[in-house]
Amino acid sequence: MRADQLLERRAVISGIGQSAVGRRLGRSELDLTVEAALAAIEDAGLTRDDIDGLSTYPGMGMGPGGFAGPSGPDVQDALRLKLNWHDGGGEGPGQIRAVFAACMAVAAGLARHVLVYRTVTESSAQGRGGRQALGSPGMGAITGPGGGPPRMMGFMQWTIPFGAVSAGNWLAQVARRRMHEFGLTREQLAQIALNGRRNASLNPKAIFRDPLTMEDYLGARMISTPLCLFDCDVPCDGSTTVIVSHADYAPDAPRPVAHVNAIGTALRGRPSWDQFDDMTTMAARDAAASMWERTDLTPADVDVAELYDGFSILTMVWLEELGFCGKGESGSFVEGGSRIALDGQIPLNTSGGQLSAGRLHGFGFLHEACLQLRGDGGDRQVAGDPQVAVVANGGGPIAGSMLLTSGPA
Amino acid sequence: MTYHHRVTANGPPFRLLPRLDDTHRFFWTSGEDGKLRFLRCGACRHYVHPPAPRCPYCLADALTPEAVSGRGVVHSFTVNCQQWVPDAEPYIIGLVTIAEQDDVRLTTNIIDTEADDMAVGMEVAVTFEHLDDVWLPLFRPVRSETAAS
Repeated sequence: MRADQLLERRAVISGIGQSAVGRRLGRSELDLTVEAALAAIEDAGLTRDDIDGLSTYPGMGMGPGGFAGPSGPDVQDALRLKLNWHDGGGEGPGQIRAVFAACMAVAAGLARHVLVYRTVTESSAQGRGGRQALGSPGMGAITGPGGGPPRMMGFMQWTIPFGAVSAGNWLAQVARRRMHEFGLTREQLAQIALNGRRNASLNPKAIFRDPLTMEDYLGARMISTPLCLFDCDVPCDGSTTVIVSHADYAPDAPRPVAHVNAIGTALRGRPSWDQFDDMTTMAARDAAASMWERTDLTPADVDVAELYDGFSILTMVWLEELGFCGKGESGSFVEGGSRIALDGQIPLNTSGGQLSAGRLHGFGFLHEACLQLRGDGGDRQVAGDPQVAVVANGGGPIAGSMLLTSGPA
Repeated sequence: MTYHHRVTANGPPFRLLPRLDDTHRFFWTSGEDGKLRFLRCGACRHYVHPPAPRCPYCLADALTPEAVSGRGVVHSFTVNCQQWVPDAEPYIIGLVTIAEQDDVRLTTNIIDTEADDMAVGMEVAVTFEHLDDVWLPLFRPVRSETAAS
């Protein structure tokens, strides 16, 4: 593919911002979003008058309480933005699709500086009303016949009637299949959680910072075998925002920008949690393949990897599909944890990931990748001036990835 | 939350049922006569699941429900331990590939077995749980004497 066809390279991330992150902060999703947005706008050396684009994932009430974040119109109005382009939604290549859309918008000249945000208040929502996902309208349920118990429609009708109510149930079956095909062990899977906790201990904003041992992991209660408590990310409240600008703004940006080198957007298998052709990989396979098709960089060039860990098994899949190890080899690759440590072959989830730092739902990884490329990682900064970072979001039938570089391609 | 309570030994302690509409009713009521059915293409003979307006393999407009053997293989499984409702006992969620076609799978419950006896690759056969106007296809292990007959 010719470089002039790679329109994402006309985009940079010129600013990043993050609100307070925590458990049950008791603040509104709009309040958190505005905090993060103002931080990102200032970081980019801009004012709100410069922001002419807006994008989010997903917005508009999708999912259970605290999941969607505020809608684009609410954020636009709170900041009185004058927009030339706006976008939001829950369909696309993972949460990071909102960033991809922004990259295309600046490349197409529809906008120059796009505010992209992802906000969650799942911790507060679950604290108030418990988990309301079962039978709630946001999760595919409608009122049953004669006002009876709710009924499921859409894709949820194929899983929820059987008590397969959570992505944890669905992805546990990915983990089990990988145990069957590749001999994956719980001790190997544990390394994703242990590595995250080690890095989180160096991240002042992380939710869980106390040491986690293999003994703790193996003794934890099961959620859905073979996934235990520490294989599942921790709900939190927080907003993460980036400013996607046209690359010609880079010389004027006050802080080092992150250049977008390639995005991975493909979904070539069936878009289904239980009908995907290869249950050991699912959409990460296609997203990763399509990303590498758009760059001359290779996995060996990557200095830091921020790979989605909504469930630990997803990080294992991404490690393989992004080419850091061979198919089926992620278990042995992470064994002992040294290859994925901050000073390892491929430093992984340097902020602690969602397992320990909190479920910022994809955008936490993007924020951390930008910090690392700037050298702003603090106590958890990867040594050696990292130049290339990969960010992966999602899992199951929903996945997207992107390569960021500290310099232009 | 309101939901149906457990009716099948070692199945989930709650059921949220599918909505019956013109597209899906045949599937969710198929078990009334004890048979599992999928749409099948009259042209290329593929089974199609979930239901679709045309055959997604050959695009023929010739899909009709057709009974299958009800036999399948456990492609993967998990034992749910999280208590989504109070005091729930663990139950087994299975992903079953039907015997007739290896790209048709059902998320289901594996019943009449213990978690420790579960294995990827085990052979199973359909059984139905009747609740309200829905027949949920569940699966139980095919016992060796049955398999030999």
